[in-house]
This record gives sequence, structure tokens and C-alpha cells, in this order.
Amino acid sequence: MRTGVFVCWCGLNIGGVVDVPRVVEEISHYPGVARAVDYRYMCSDPGQQLIKDVIREERLDSVVIAACSPGMHEATFQSVAASAGVNPYRCEIANIREQCSWPHQNEPGEATRKAIELIQAAIEKVRGDEALSALSIPVTRRALIIGAGIAGMQAALDIAEAGHEVVLVERLPHIGGHMAQLSETFPTLDCSQCILTPKTSEVGRHPRIKLLTNSEVESISGYVGNFTVRIRRKATYVNWDLCTGCGLCTEKCPSRASSTFERGLVKEPAISIAFPQAVPHKPVISAEACGHFTKGKCGVCEKVCPVGAIDYQQQDALFEEKVGAIVVATGYDLHPKAKVGEYGYGVYPDVIDGLEFERLNSASGPTQGQIRRPSDGKVPKEVVFIQCVGSRDQENGYPYCSKICCMYTAKHARLYKHKVSDGQPYVFYMDIRAGGKGYEEFVQHATEEEGVLYLRGRVARVFQDGDALVVFGVDTLSGKKVEIRADMVVLATAIVPASGAKELARVLKTATDQYGFFSEAHPKLRPVESLTRGIYIAGCAQAPKDIPDTVTQAGSAAAKVLALFSAERLSHSPAVAAVDEELCSGCGVCVEACAYDARTLDTRRRVAVVNDVLCEGCGACAVACPNGATRQKNASRSQVFSMIDAVVG
Amino acid sequence: MGSGEEFEPRIVAFLCNWCTYTGADLAGVSRMQYPPNVRPIRVMCSGSVDPMYILKALLDGADGVLVGGCHPGDCHYVSGNYKARRRLAVLGAILDEFGIGRDRVWFRFISASEGALFANTVRDMTAALKALGPNPARALWLA
Repeated sequence: MRTGVFVCWCGLNIGGVVDVPRVVEEISHYPGVARAVDYRYMCSDPGQQLIKDVIREERLDSVVIAACSPGMHEATFQSVAASAGVNPYRCEIANIREQCSWPHQNEPGEATRKAIELIQAAIEKVRGDEALSALSIPVTRRALIIGAGIAGMQAALDIAEAGHEVVLVERLPHIGGHMAQLSETFPTLDCSQCILTPKTSEVGRHPRIKLLTNSEVESISGYVGNFTVRIRRKATYVNWDLCTGCGLCTEKCPSRASSTFERGLVKEPAISIAFPQAVPHKPVISAEACGHFTKGKCGVCEKVCPVGAIDYQQQDALFEEKVGAIVVATGYDLHPKAKVGEYGYGVYPDVIDGLEFERLNSASGPTQGQIRRPSDGKVPKEVVFIQCVGSRDQENGYPYCSKICCMYTAKHARLYKHKVSDGQPYVFYMDIRAGGKGYEEFVQHATEEEGVLYLRGRVARVFQDGDALVVFGVDTLSGKKVEIRADMVVLATAIVPASGAKELARVLKTATDQYGFFSEAHPKLRPVESLTRGIYIAGCAQAPKDIPDTVTQAGSAAAKVLALFSAERLSHSPAVAAVDEELCSGCGVCVEACAYDARTLDTRRRVAVVNDVLCEGCGACAVACPNGATRQKNASRSQVFSMIDAVVG
Repeated sequence: MGSGEEFEPRIVAFLCNWCTYTGADLAGVSRMQYPPNVRPIRVMCSGSVDPMYILKALLDGADGVLVGGCHPGDCHYVSGNYKARRRLAVLGAILDEFGIGRDRVWFRFISASEGALFANTVRDMTAALKALGPNPARALWLA
């Protein structure tokens, strides 16, 4: 074996702690090492050139790079090795930065010793590495998008416009997400429906978008380029192929259900279309509220439907779709009502959240756009807006900032003033975060031109006194206690991941953060990739964000999908399981151990085989094999044994 | 680690590529400081950690072995962490028999976002092993 070892200083990141010259000196005497060299920045062009030159001069057959984490530059150095004639699977990384110099900054001696041992382990590993070549797998050029809010719709349109088919799954009966509930949008105050409906109708009629509403993803199998998705379309009890959306059923229905779209502010018929611009414009029966299902009596909708579309017997339907890439755009929910007891949220009807205020403002909402409080329909003359309810609250909520509340609260206060010119809006805030194009100006306008009174401080309590809500707070700028008798209180509650996000992440075998937002592969440089290849993230599924940021990220996710679809075939890691048929007894334990159906028994030859393309290289079968017949390529038992010797010995 | 100095335990850590290894990277990126007694070996999955690896490390003279995997339900390979948990439960009984003791082998679920948990785990484990003293197998085999 002729191994070259390349030790990076990473400026002072490694070199400031680890004694690099000593490392190079010791390693150059290690068995199998043809040459050890160091360089200030191994990932730089001159650093890469140095590696190539030494490979050629020393006729190396393997290399070890001692530098940052393999997560950073493994691929870089593999391609450098390959370009100079070393098989890329015979290039190993010793992580002497993230797991050595950085966490041991005050112990240079020990860090140096550790670096030497980590490099020795990497040399032992590379000694056993086989020269492999990447496997090639076909790509299904069809995308699945989960969630049809503005993020999912934008990604779907971008991918469909580029010529690929899209399956767009939405669990509600209609598309548009939360944006469909908004009245106006900051910082321009243009009507949300007016800018959204061109998108919803385009999605609804696009020839390459297969829209599955009232549907959820049940399970997913496969891998990048080749996913099989099982989708459940929940029963609507209306045959949408026959239904014309005339609305007669809704008019005549005698039963009532609380309207989710209107945030529970009104009741709607048990058979209804959520809002006038809904796409698809078809009704759904709520089985919990419908007289036919609850009492077994009513059948009015069935009688009045002119096309016979009502189908009380309808069952959930299961579909299977084959796709090559997935975009997760599941959006957000608001912090649950029950958790904000001190503000009487969920107890006093006139304490509402931001989305409820949007509905009060909306021309198609329960009050036709007039600001009337829920309890008695009175026009509120004093309205208190409270920001950071649940957000930036380590004790009772979430430590993170929900990002959009400063802006939408300013918007709410301004819209309120436009409609109730003699009313007084107050805003309790912690800090105003108005970073964004035109945002700061928007907030300034609220305070300077529109008479919105901003009070810097927290509200301690809200309680009912007669028909007023008494708001106890503090103005930290004047140092005075504040008591306001308000007619209505609007809470900017925290943005939380959509319900079911964690369960979906499990189905997708990808990760979420501690709050349940989907984790991106890198917080700065790979913000739309998930930790699973072929799965991308867009919108509030990843973190709270506003509409412009959501649309940007959705476009970016679509671009990633299109890049994936631009290749005929994808490469698949060749570090998969392999079987020594001489040793295999055909017992089938490996078949049981495999989570990917990549292991099967060849019953004729009585040996276990590996389907390379399905194998994810996890190594579970190799451990399970009772007679050592299965090995994981380039992570064999003997390799790990020598690595242990290198670090313990 | 010469005589007269304080005993410094040596820990071999098998860290799954997707969760704990990335979590350990995060600890480093965040400049969290933890004892340099740990020697990480990256594996694709905690489910690929053969009990033989752990026995080998302990018989070679390591004072402790840490196996780090994804949280239950979060395994990148569906169920590898459960397989690891079962194997390590069985291994514990053998270690007790050998006189090495199961408390030298720690299995921990540490996600990619839990850098602090990784740092704390190494800190706690180093302290616990200092209290336990050197692996008796070391004296037995390396005397």
C-alpha cells in the first residue's frame, strides 16, 4: 500500500491547537505511509494541486486527508483523488477539526495526540478500502409535493412549467393554505386572495399537476429518484367527478359544523365549500356534523343534488404514485389556545389570534370585512395587540422568534385604523423586527402616520370586566404600569410546525429539529435540502417565514428537483453489502435484518443475495450474519478491528 | 497517562453518521469543550456496530465504549438503533460475566442538533469512568 497523508492547518482552526508539524513527523513513519505533508488550506486550489502532485510523484494508491469533518469536504477530496488517478473510495477523512481541535482548544498536547490516532485509524481504514465505482440508478422524473399552500403551489408550478409531472397532495379539501385566509398582505397591503387566486386556479387546471386534495401521505418506500408513495384520499362523501359545485346542497343543509377555515368564528353547513374562491370548488361532508351520519336521518343534500353526486357510502381510497423527488411544504399552525391561559385565550371570546383577525378583516369572512368583535358584534373602539405570545418565551412557549408577527401586527393595526378611524390600536411589543424590503418603512408608517400606539413591554394579564377586557401591562420605556380597558385583544401567537409534521418526518425517514420543524441539510449552504437525498423542504415546514421568503425557498426547492431530473441516471453509493457465497448458509437472517428489501434468498442456490441499488449501506445485515458471509464494502469487520487497534493500542 | 498522574480513561465512540457523528460535529462547530479522552469512529448506523467491536475495544484496553445513534423512531435506516439497543442489552450480561461490567458501555441517542448533549455525555462518561477506575481487562491482558 502506498498512502499519502495530507494534514490541513485550516489556518489557525486546526494549526492553532494541534501541533501539525509533529503530527506530520509521527505519521510519516507509520506503516504504509509513502509521504505525509501539511498545508495551510488543503481545500484551496493550491492545496488540491499539492495533493494531485504528491499522488503522481509518489504513485499513491490511497490518500488520507486530515482536515475538517467529512460532512464538509469528503466529496471535494474524493474528486481531487479521482482526478489524479486514485480511486475515490480509497480516500478517507480524519476529522481533526470539528472533533479534535475545536472541542479541545485548551489542551493542545492531548489534541495533538488525538489527531495522530485519528489519522492512524483513517490509514487503517483506507488500507482495507476496495476500489469501487459508483452504481447507477434510473430517475423517475416526477415530483411529489406535500402541502398545497403558497410554498407547495409555487414549487409545483415551477416544476410543472419546466415540463415534469407533479403530484400535489393536500390534506384539506382545498388548496391555498393559510395565505387563502389572509385579508391583506404586508408590506404592500394588497389583497391576499387577489394575488393568490391566479396561482390556485393555475394549479387547478395545469395539465402536468395531479392535484390530490383531502389526501394524506401514508407511507413512502424507495430512495432518491425512485420513491413509491402511498396516498390516502379521505372520503368526501361527494362524487367530485359528477359535482358541478353549484352549491345547492350547502344552501339546503340543515346541520351545522364549526368552520375550520373561519377559525371557528362561525358555523357552516355540514356540507360546504370552505370559501368562495376554493380550488377545487367542490363540497365535502363533515361526518361528525352531518345528520345522516350522526342521527341516520337526514338526506337533504342527496335529494336536492341535481346530478346525484352525493355518495354516503364513499370510502377512503388508496393510491400509489411513483416519484423521483419529494418537496415537503407542510406549513405551520398557530400556538394552541389552551396554552395561553394568562391572556384568557380560548376563554374570553374577544381574545382572538392573528388568523381570526385576518378573517374578521376579510371581505368574504364572517363579518364581510367589518371589524366586529366575536362576542356581541360590536365595533371595537380600543384594540390591544400583543406580540410574542408563545414566541421568545423560554418558560411557557418556544425560545425562537416567529419572525412574521411584528409585520402582521403592524398590518393589523393599520387595517383596523382604516376601517375604524376613531378607534385606538395599542401594540405591546418586546422588540420590533422589521428586516425586509419595505418592512421598516411599513412599521414606521403605522406609528407616525396612523396613530398606532406602540408600548414596549409585556402584558401580565387580561381579564374580563363587564363587557370590557382589562389589559394589565407595563411600558418599560416610561417605567409605568399600563391598564387599558379594551374591547378586543389580538394575540400574535407563535408559529409552530403543522400538526403531524413529526409523524410525516418519520414516514419520510428524515429529521426535524426539537420543535418539529424539518431540518435542513446545512443551515446556511443547503437550506432547502433535507437530510435525506431527494427530499427537499420549502416554507414554514422548515422554520417561520413570510410569503416572499417562502416563495423564494419554494422556487429554490423546485430548482433542486429540476437539477436532479436533468440527469438520465443518478449515481448510488457502491459501499453496499456483499456476500461471500462460500460462507453463506442461506439462513436468511440478513433478509430479516434489512429494512429496504435489498436482501433476498436465492432459493435455488441456497445463498443470500444483495440488490445493490436498493441497499442503503447501513450495515445491519453484516452484523446480523452469523457466519461472517455478509460484509459491508469499505466498512468491513477487519477494517473496524484495525481502526480500534489504532486508537486503543 | 504515566504512573503518578491522574487516571485518564480512554473511550472509543462508535457514532452513527447521521445523528450522533453530526451532533459531535455541531459540538465542535459551537466550540463546546469536552474531554479529549474520546476516540470517535464513524459508522453508518448504530445498528452496524457489531458487539465484537465493543468486546475488541474493551479487551484491547479501552476503559469505556460509547455507542451513539439516532433517537427512537428517527433512525436514518428505519430501525438500526433498535437493533443496536437489543444487541447492547444482551452484551451487558456478557460484560458482567467477564468482570468488565456493563456500565463501561454506554448507548445514547444523540441527534444531529444535540451538540451540547454529545459534549455533556463525553464529560459525564469520562467522569464516571474515572470513578470506576481502569478497565480490569487492561491489567489482565496488558500486564
